[in-house]
Amino acid sequence: MPGAATHEIELIERGRGGGTPPPAGGGDDGSGSGGSAEVSRRAYFTGISLGLAAILMFFMALTSAYIVRKGLGGDWRPIQLPRVLWFNTLVLLVSSVTIEIARRKERAAQLAAFRNWWGVTTGLGCLFLLGQVQAWRQLRAAGVFVASNPSSSFFYVLTAAHGAHLVGGILALAYVAARAWPATAGSRITQDTAAELASVYWHFMDGLWVFLFLLLYLGR
Amino acid sequence: MASHESVVAHGHAAPTGWIRKYIFSLDHKVIGIQYFLLALFSVFVAIFLSLLMRIHLVWPNAKLPFIEGGVMTSEQYLALMTMHGTIMVFMVLTTAPQSGFGNYFLPIQIGAADMAFPTINMLSFWTTFLSLVVILAAFFVPGGAPISGWTAYAPLSALGQIAGPGQGLGQTLWVVGLAIFCGATLMGALNFITTVIDLRTRGMSLMRMPLTVWAWFVTAILGLLAFGVLLAACLLLLLDRVAGTSFFIPAGLVVSDVVQKQHAGGSPLLWQHLFWFFGHPEVYIAILPGMGVASHVLSTFSRKPVFGYRAMVYALCGIGFLGFCVWGHHMFISGMSPYSALAFSLLTMSIGVPSAIKTFNWLGTLWGGRIQFKSPMLFAIGFVSLFVTGGVSGLFLAQPSLDLMLHDTYYVVAHFHLIMGVAAIFGIFAATYFWFPKMFGRTMNEGLAKLHFWITFPGVYAIFMPMHFLGMLGHPRRYSSNENFAFLQPVHGVHVFITIVAFITIGAQLIFLFNFLWSLKWGKKAEINPWHATTLEWTVPSPPPHDNFEGHLPAIYRGPYEYSVPGMTEDYLPQHLTPEQVSKAK
Repeated sequence: MPGAATHEIELIERGRGGGTPPPAGGGDDGSGSGGSAEVSRRAYFTGISLGLAAILMFFMALTSAYIVRKGLGGDWRPIQLPRVLWFNTLVLLVSSVTIEIARRKERAAQLAAFRNWWGVTTGLGCLFLLGQVQAWRQLRAAGVFVASNPSSSFFYVLTAAHGAHLVGGILALAYVAARAWPATAGSRITQDTAAELASVYWHFMDGLWVFLFLLLYLGR
Repeated sequence: MASHESVVAHGHAAPTGWIRKYIFSLDHKVIGIQYFLLALFSVFVAIFLSLLMRIHLVWPNAKLPFIEGGVMTSEQYLALMTMHGTIMVFMVLTTAPQSGFGNYFLPIQIGAADMAFPTINMLSFWTTFLSLVVILAAFFVPGGAPISGWTAYAPLSALGQIAGPGQGLGQTLWVVGLAIFCGATLMGALNFITTVIDLRTRGMSLMRMPLTVWAWFVTAILGLLAFGVLLAACLLLLLDRVAGTSFFIPAGLVVSDVVQKQHAGGSPLLWQHLFWFFGHPEVYIAILPGMGVASHVLSTFSRKPVFGYRAMVYALCGIGFLGFCVWGHHMFISGMSPYSALAFSLLTMSIGVPSAIKTFNWLGTLWGGRIQFKSPMLFAIGFVSLFVTGGVSGLFLAQPSLDLMLHDTYYVVAHFHLIMGVAAIFGIFAATYFWFPKMFGRTMNEGLAKLHFWITFPGVYAIFMPMHFLGMLGHPRRYSSNENFAFLQPVHGVHVFITIVAFITIGAQLIFLFNFLWSLKWGKKAEINPWHATTLEWTVPSPPPHDNFEGHLPAIYRGPYEYSVPGMTEDYLPQHLTPEQVSKAK
C-alpha cells in the first residue's frame, strides 16, 4: 500500500499526528507568564468537563441509592415537599438566564453591564440557598428530620450536597467578579474564560437541581 | 519543515524558597516524589501490621510490640487486618504507581512542562497526606482502629461503638479519611486526564504515547468515575453512624443481645453495591499502571518494539471499561439472583480476553529479543508471572458455584494478594529501579537490586501459593486463630512455613530500602540515558530541570518503542530525533 506508506512518511516528516499546538505548561495559579492562551483555555474547559463528570457520578450514586432504598421494604413514607422549593427552582432557572446575559455583556466588552448582571446572578444564587434553608426549617417545624424516614434522609442529603456544590459556584462567581484580571491576551486565564467556566458550572448546577427536584417530587 | 523543531514555552520560574520548593511545591516532579515517599512510609507501616498478624496466627500467645496488653486479641487482629488492607490499597497501590510515578513522568513523556493544573496537583497531594493522617489517627483513639475490613461492610461498619472496639471513633475516622482521599484522587485524576488530552507536545499523537502514559490515562479515567461513587457511599455511611439514618442498617438487628431499635429498613447490600462499583475499578487502578511500566521496561530491555502496540492500547481500554461491569462478582455469596450472577460471571471471564492479549504481547515482546536481565527487567518479568498466576485463580473465582465455596477462604486472599498486591508492587519496583537514575541522578546498586529480586520473587510465591491449598481445604479467612478447628490442625505447619518465609521476604525489602536510601547519596552518577531508551524522559538531564525541557518543548517524529531499527548504528531511535538526524546516524 504505497498510499499508506507515503502518508506515514509525511507524518514523520511533519512530525505531527497529535496535532496539538505547543503547550505552555499548565496554569491554574497565575504563577508565571503562560505561553499559549489557547492551550490553557482548552485545558480549563477539559478540566471543568471532567470535574462535572465526577460530580455527576457522585449524584448518580446517590440517585441509584435513592431508587434502591425506596424499593426496599415498607418503611418509606413520602414527605410533603415544602412549597418554597418551586420558588427556589424558579430562582435558579432565572439565574441561568441572567448569567448568560452577563456573559454576553462581557464578550461585548460592556463591563459595567456585565458586573450588574453578574451581581444579579450571584444574588439569585444566594436567594436560592436561603430558600433551601427555609425549606429545611419548614420541614423541621413539621417534625421531619434527617433520621425521621429514609425519604427525609435522602431529601436532606441531596439538597445539602447540591447546596454545597452551589456554594462553590457562588464563590467562583465572586472570584470572577472580585479578581483584578490582567488585560493582556497572553495571560494564562482571561476574564472571558473565567466567566465562561463559571457559567458552565452554574448551568450544570441549575440542571442538576432540576433533575434532583424531579427525582424528589416524582420519585416520592 | 524538517529542521529541528523546538518550541519556546514560558514555563513558570523555579521557586527559590525551601518551602515552595520542597513542601508546597507546584512542580509535578517534586509532587511525584512526595507521593512516592508517602507510599514508601505507608508500605512499611502496612507490612509491619501484616507481620504482627502472621506471628499471631502461628504463635497466638506471643508477646508483640505495639499491641495493647502484649498478646493480640481477635479484635486487635481484625483491626490490624483492616488497617493493613486500607493502607495498602489506598496509600500504596493507588498512590505510588499512579500519583507517584505518573506525576513525575507523565508530563515529561508527553513533552509538557508540567501538569495542566499545578496548584490542584499540590492540593491533591496534601489532601492525600491529610487523609493518611486521619486514617492513621484511628490507631490512637479510644477503642482503636476499626475491625470491619478495608471493605467496611455494613451493618458492622454502620452501627457504631456497640459493634465492637474500633467501631466507634476509629471507624468514623476511617470513613472521614476515605472521603478526604476521594477528593484527593478526583483532583489527581482530573489533572492527569486534562494533561494527556491538552498538553501533548507537537507530534505526540495518541498512538505515539508510551504505554505508561496510556496506562496512567486509563487509570485516571477509572479514578474519576469511581471515586465519586465511593464518596457518596462514605457520606451515607457517615450519616448512618452519626445522624441516626438507616441507609445500610436493616430492621431487627440484634447486637450483643440488644435489639437495635433506632435503625430500620436499610440494606447492607446497598453498601456492597456502592462500594464494589468503586472497588472493582479500584483493583484496576492499582494494576494498570504496573501493566504500563511492564510494557515499557520489557520493550527497553528486550531491545525490541512492544509487540502489538495498538492491541496493547485497546486491551488496556478494554480492561478499564469491563472493570465497571463486573462489581457483582464480589457479591456472589450475597444471595443475588442466579441470573445476575451469571451475567457478572460472563463479564468477569471476558476480562480474560484483553488480559490474555496483554500477556501474549508481553511474551511476544520478549520473544527473540536481545534480553538484558537488569533489575527493572527482572521485576517486569516477575510482574508478568504474578499477573498470570494471580489472574488464573480469578477465572475460578468468577464461577458463582465455585465462589460460593471459596469466597470466604484463603483462596481469595491468595488470589488478590498475587494479582493486585504483589504484581502491582512488582510494577512499582520495576519503575523504581528503572527511573531512579532519572529522578535522583544516581543509579541504584545493581547487585543489591538483584539480590532483592531473587529473594522477593520466590518469597511471594512461597507465601501465597500455599494459601490456595488452605483455601481449597476450606480454611476461613479473617480468622485470628485456627486453634478451635480440628480439621485445620494438620495444616498448622503451612502457616508456620508462610510466616517464616514472610519474615525472610520482608527482610529482603529492607535491602531495597537500604539500597534506595544509600543510592540517593552514594549511588553511581547516572548519565542522561543509561538504559539507551527512546522516550522523552531520557532526553533531559538527570534529574530534569524545573520546567523539564528548559523552555524548549520537543517535537516528536515517531512511536515510543523504536528499538533495533534496521540500518541504524545505534539500536534505539529516540522519539524526538528529526529525520535529518536519523539519516546522519545511519
